[in-house]
Amino acid sequence: MKNRSLVSINDYSKEEILQILEIAAEFEKEPHQNLLNGRVIASLFFEPSTRTRLSFESAIQKIGGNVVGFSSAATSSVQKGESLKDTILTVSNYSDLIVMRHPVDGSSRYASEVSPVPIINAGDGANQHPTQCLLDLYSIKKTQGTLENLDVTFVGDLKYGRTVHSLVIALCQFNAKFHLVSPVELKLPSAVKRHIKEANLQYEQYTDFAEVIPKSDIIYMTRIQRERFPDPLEYEKVKNAFILENKMLENSKENCRILHPLPRVNEISIDVDDNPKAYYFEQALNGVYVRQALIASILGLK
Amino acid sequence: MSNKRKELIVSAISNGTVIDHIPAGKVFQVIRILDLEISDKEIYFGTNLESKKYGRKGIIKISQKFFQPHETDKIALVAPTATLIEIKDFEVVRKNNVSIPERVEKIAKCFNPNCVTNKENVPTKFKVLQTEGQIKLSCHYCEKTTSQNNMVFF
Ligand SMILES: [Zn+2]
Repeated sequence: MKNRSLVSINDYSKEEILQILEIAAEFEKEPHQNLLNGRVIASLFFEPSTRTRLSFESAIQKIGGNVVGFSSAATSSVQKGESLKDTILTVSNYSDLIVMRHPVDGSSRYASEVSPVPIINAGDGANQHPTQCLLDLYSIKKTQGTLENLDVTFVGDLKYGRTVHSLVIALCQFNAKFHLVSPVELKLPSAVKRHIKEANLQYEQYTDFAEVIPKSDIIYMTRIQRERFPDPLEYEKVKNAFILENKMLENSKENCRILHPLPRVNEISIDVDDNPKAYYFEQALNGVYVRQALIASILGLK
Repeated sequence: MSNKRKELIVSAISNGTVIDHIPAGKVFQVIRILDLEISDKEIYFGTNLESKKYGRKGIIKISQKFFQPHETDKIALVAPTATLIEIKDFEVVRKNNVSIPERVEKIAKCFNPNCVTNKENVPTKFKVLQTEGQIKLSCHYCEKTTSQNNMVFF
């Protein structure tokens, strides 16, 4: 992985994914290591995403790196009309690695083609967010002891949720069985289902949430956004059908864990938070370890 | 009807290229993507003609025109069944079915308005997918697929 950009989770083989997860486990045991020894990492957030930015910057600083960059396009030369290429070429003069978040789909792939230093995609529009996918995989592996042969249930907005798409595609390498729970308007796109079919794996689609809970090893919850529905009445009809409440987990498996990419609105009721099967806050912390692992690997320090 | 008479439905050309076996309904799109509307060459075309193989087909004959690979790639995306027949002095000198390329660059737009190729000065690149008889373009950058009816060519 040395010197290679990470734009899409598909850029990594199964072995490379597992290797990153193993290194992340080492960082979980020992989060403070002075590996970067003052190396400079650029953090370019062309759109604000405080959560992701803080996770990256924390990861960088815990392993002894320095951060330069900006946290929104408003404070950068982008506002003066500079092209993405020019920004990337300029910043690459001052850094060993660029972490970038950008509102345009495919911007990260393009940056990786013009940049002399590696790029880590921290989200490009509606397209990819591979470090979220890695932290999801890490969370699944850590709670289940394996990534292989799991029953994974995805709930909510499966149409627009890019974290869902990336995770489904990644889990196709691990013989998962997919349970897809969503309103009909927000079903998983056929382009993503194509990956499941090509891997000869099974998926089932449900509109009723309750029946799938006892089968699930992982329940991956997502937010259903009001603006996805042209008709507000349709939204009102579906919004309460995909809420997880603590009592619904009574018949869930012992090893079942609830994941959510956060922020949550109301799709997981707060009475679930105290259930030992709720894992979404730890999940976010795992993001720091996988980002440490990724940065260290790309810079050839692990 | 004899083959000879059928050929005559659309006039013969002495030198140039015949695009035969165009799916009926795609003739005008082929004309558009090849910029034949603004060509000063002699052009004949027919559509909804009888065809043994395809039921109904279209045909275009262009004088003094021999296509370059980037043009035949475009034809293949719109009319994958097309045959290209090159004619010199009324003789067929070459006859090929168009072949669907694996990748295409700089010939079509990505239909995703939020794609970097539509926002910055970036040439398009696609992988060509063939699923269930449909040709689709998978964008190298935004990873979205552009279906045949959404294809816009440069
Ligand atoms: Zn695109």
